Amino acid sequence: MAEPLVKKDDDRDDEVDYSPFMGIEKGAVLQEARVFNDPQLDARKCSQVITKLLYLLNQGETFTKIEATEVFFAVTKLFQSKDTGLRRMVYLMIKELSPSADEVIIVTSSLMKDMNSKTDMYRANAIRVLCRITDGTLLTQIERYLKQAIVDKNPVVASAALVSGIHLFQTNPEIVKRWSNEVQEAVQSRAALVQFHALALNHQIRQNDRLAVSKLVTSLTRGSVRSPLAQCLLIRYTSQVIRESGVNTQTGERPFFDFLEACLRHKAEMVIFEAARAITELSGVTSRELTPAITVLQLFLSSSKPVLRFAAVRTLNKVAMTHPLAVTNCNIDMESLISDQNRSIATLAITTLLKTGNESSVDRLMKQITNFMSDIADEFKIVVVEAIRSLCLKFPLKYRSLMNFLSNILREEGGFDYKKAIVDSIVILIRDIPEAKEGGLFHLCEFIEDCEFTYLSTQILHFLGNEGPKTSDPSKYIRYIYNRVILENATVRASAVSTLAKFGALVDSLKPRIFVLLRRCLYDSDDEVRDRATLYLNMLGGDGLVGETDKDVKEFLFGSLDVPLVNLETSLRNYEASEEPFDISTVPKEVKLQPHTEKKAPGKKPSGLGAPTSGPTSAVDAYEKVLLSIPEFSGFGELFKSSAPVELTEAETEYAVNVVKHIYDGHVVFQYNCTNTIPEQLLENVTVFVDASEAEEFSEVASKPLKTLPYDSPGQSFVAFEKPEGVPAVGKFSNLLKFIVKEVDSTTGEADEEGVEDEYQLEDLEVVAAEYMLKVGVSNFKHAWDNMGADCERVDEYGLGVRESLAEAVSAVINILGMQACEGTDVVPSNARSHTCLLSGVFIGNVKVLARISFGIDGPKQVAMKLAVRSEDQVVSDTIHEIVASG
Amino acid sequence: MQESCPTVKSILLLDSEGKRVAVKYYTDDWPTLSAKLVLEKSVFTKTQKTNARNEAEIIMFDGYIVVYKFIQDLHFFVVGGDDENELILAAVLQGFFDAVGLLLRNNVDKKTALENLDLILLCLDEIVDGGIILETEGSVIAGKVATNGLDSAGSLTEQTISQALATAREHLARSLLK
Repeated sequence: MAEPLVKKDDDRDDEVDYSPFMGIEKGAVLQEARVFNDPQLDARKCSQVITKLLYLLNQGETFTKIEATEVFFAVTKLFQSKDTGLRRMVYLMIKELSPSADEVIIVTSSLMKDMNSKTDMYRANAIRVLCRITDGTLLTQIERYLKQAIVDKNPVVASAALVSGIHLFQTNPEIVKRWSNEVQEAVQSRAALVQFHALALNHQIRQNDRLAVSKLVTSLTRGSVRSPLAQCLLIRYTSQVIRESGVNTQTGERPFFDFLEACLRHKAEMVIFEAARAITELSGVTSRELTPAITVLQLFLSSSKPVLRFAAVRTLNKVAMTHPLAVTNCNIDMESLISDQNRSIATLAITTLLKTGNESSVDRLMKQITNFMSDIADEFKIVVVEAIRSLCLKFPLKYRSLMNFLSNILREEGGFDYKKAIVDSIVILIRDIPEAKEGGLFHLCEFIEDCEFTYLSTQILHFLGNEGPKTSDPSKYIRYIYNRVILENATVRASAVSTLAKFGALVDSLKPRIFVLLRRCLYDSDDEVRDRATLYLNMLGGDGLVGETDKDVKEFLFGSLDVPLVNLETSLRNYEASEEPFDISTVPKEVKLQPHTEKKAPGKKPSGLGAPTSGPTSAVDAYEKVLLSIPEFSGFGELFKSSAPVELTEAETEYAVNVVKHIYDGHVVFQYNCTNTIPEQLLENVTVFVDASEAEEFSEVASKPLKTLPYDSPGQSFVAFEKPEGVPAVGKFSNLLKFIVKEVDSTTGEADEEGVEDEYQLEDLEVVAAEYMLKVGVSNFKHAWDNMGADCERVDEYGLGVRESLAEAVSAVINILGMQACEGTDVVPSNARSHTCLLSGVFIGNVKVLARISFGIDGPKQVAMKLAVRSEDQVVSDTIHEIVASG
Repeated sequence: MQESCPTVKSILLLDSEGKRVAVKYYTDDWPTLSAKLVLEKSVFTKTQKTNARNEAEIIMFDGYIVVYKFIQDLHFFVVGGDDENELILAAVLQGFFDAVGLLLRNNVDKKTALENLDLILLCLDEIVDGGIILETEGSVIAGKVATNGLDSAGSLTEQTISQALATAREHLARSLLK
């Protein structure tokens, strides 16, 4: 500016913070705004004041209602000035103030005058301002002018009217629809952006008229569209038409596909990309259709512009999820992106490669990634580690190189979250790929030799104690564990002592040597370490005393605490030092909260160190503890499976109830988790009355009511049923919640003595065949299948009738059986006509089951399948077939 | 808003410390001032260390795509939804960037931008209206902003508006010849 807004102080020139708005204050600027009322307007001064007001608003300052009204009225005076620059600032200011309806009337006439002015800039801006602040009633008055403006020869005016139309359509669609003739005319405009805006508005007016959209697309795809933006819009509309019309069944051709393909040769990159993206997103796209789109995206991958590379790799990443083979051609280009400066691009490239990579390319890929890892941030490294983990589960045979990679990066620098992600991955691989166990444990041992994170060290020591003794040569881990006792802090030392004890308990040959090591720990400087050593020596009989029985020792070392920690804490707090020692058996075992529901969130597999590692049934350990503490259920034997909680009430009802189904060999226990959401009520003697008339094979044997259910403190009520042993009995149960309700005084929190009986209808619950199946995967299905042998095999074919799609049929069958899909065979390529699905699981009675299912679909979507089941028991193989036949 | 029309959610012009020079929001994705400031802070910190001085850069987070470009102590950002065509957003960014360059006669830094804040605000007003792209050609945007300075030729210091317009026309002609 010729003159800065605030008088510039020369001394300040060098100061970094110099700003013309320094020290600006709302009150002072509002005072300055009085110049708007001067009879002789100083246009420049007024412009400066408006700029200051806009600056304040832009910095997040707000005006009170009174201030805004005052400024608004003052600003309207400025319409008297002929200064164009000032007028533009006035327009901006009015839009920012968004005046109320009665204020709008004040400026309407001024703006309408400007709308018909000879200055095009005035007209365009006045239209935009007026349409922004207007309401429906005023709109009918100015409608005539707007219709004219749409077909105005000045493109800025036409665009202003069209864009305003797009906004007004949200509030006044009926009025805007009347402009359709003018809009149609504007679509043919020679001005690039007018055509774009007209196209957008035209589509909006006709969006519910499929025929009209189709006609519009037909005429425009042949004609000439001038701006790249309009062309992009047309591509989007074309995709919509394609989506709605489907594939021509006779020729297999898609209407308008030629147009999309032609757009791939457009001169503007945004159009090429829009078309390529549209093609990849076509439903049921064939590889022939994909090829040209992939080719242009591949070219973009080596562009010098980061935005282009990002757009291309992001789209290819999506394609790789459904058509990994189509993307493999780009793998070379993608590999060079691993070292891209832009880390979003590099990470997308890596994860795409890990999706498309086949077994043979894994080794080369790992080499590439190794170079890349050193110079990216931890958050990206974690993404990569997670991708590698899933790759390893996909190609278990490649565990060696992937495990090597993980152990290498484990040795390098990195923060806690990153290291934890790596350790978690190794633990998961050890759990899922038996062959990887010894190597993996060894890598973890190496890691704790030089690990700065106490948490990770103790977790690994714990894991080592559970897994190490079961390996072929447990003695080789002892050195690493004992080194911890010598070198680490007290927390880690104590963990190491426990781990040593576990080795001693499980491996008899090591016992004497473990005793020697434990005795050395008796002189540790930390009391916890000394106490543990003493305890374990006594238990294992190391001091020549008679140790506890073998079973007790193992229970003590490997079992988890059988009382809830919260309860234990409360009991210990209440315990007063006296002659009588603290007795852990006095701690109540009833769980006050619902500790396991959040852990068992649907679809979330327990992972990492916190996850159970000792076989399929341990996921239900926690439930088992609760159930064992209830004498009525203790005779049911081993718990086979617990379902995820199923809601029996709508969200936000008075009482929230969900049910967990516990399956035993000859029994089923329903655990009703109840929550009372009314503060003024206390519920007592809460029982669930179950009607099993639609579940013939079940008969109720026990019911355990919940004594009290105060507000917002969940509790459990149980009902147990007997059912034929080992049989996957199914049925439907209806549930009625019965209780005594007592009023609670909200001020004192005390409940009335007298209560009223009441009941509350819950939704029905079902026990289905899948409840009797545990999802247990195998790493190498073919190997497992061959090992199982065909002794108890049963093969049969089934028609599934007309299904929505092949994928839908596959997932329905997997759900009915409740088995684990192996080797990613639950994913069906979108245009596949046939598919083979490999399933594995453990059936009630701990019988391993494998299933190989071949699906086929024909033209009218008839689906048929061939089901081959192998298990250790012919009866079970037949049962699986029965589930399918009757389900 | 309509699904199929390309939409800009926000345009931000921040300084080298992440403070506002001028910002514009076109959607209710960030309803409060504090939500807006949180966005600006994370956009700024996530991009701060990258080199976006030659080519426009891009980042995706929290379900938004952000394209950005830096010059001197000014950081230009355009924010869109994660299903938006990245290249359209980049075109808007380039248009904004070029227009500001023309209007400030290549003296693009925070000080000059604040001294000419009226031009920057008008420029934003001519690029996007309520999320809909009005114009992406930098020279045309600058031309629209500058025309209204014709009478009050005080907005630019050393060089006159007509000179700025001349450069704008030159740019326009070149882009037509391409």
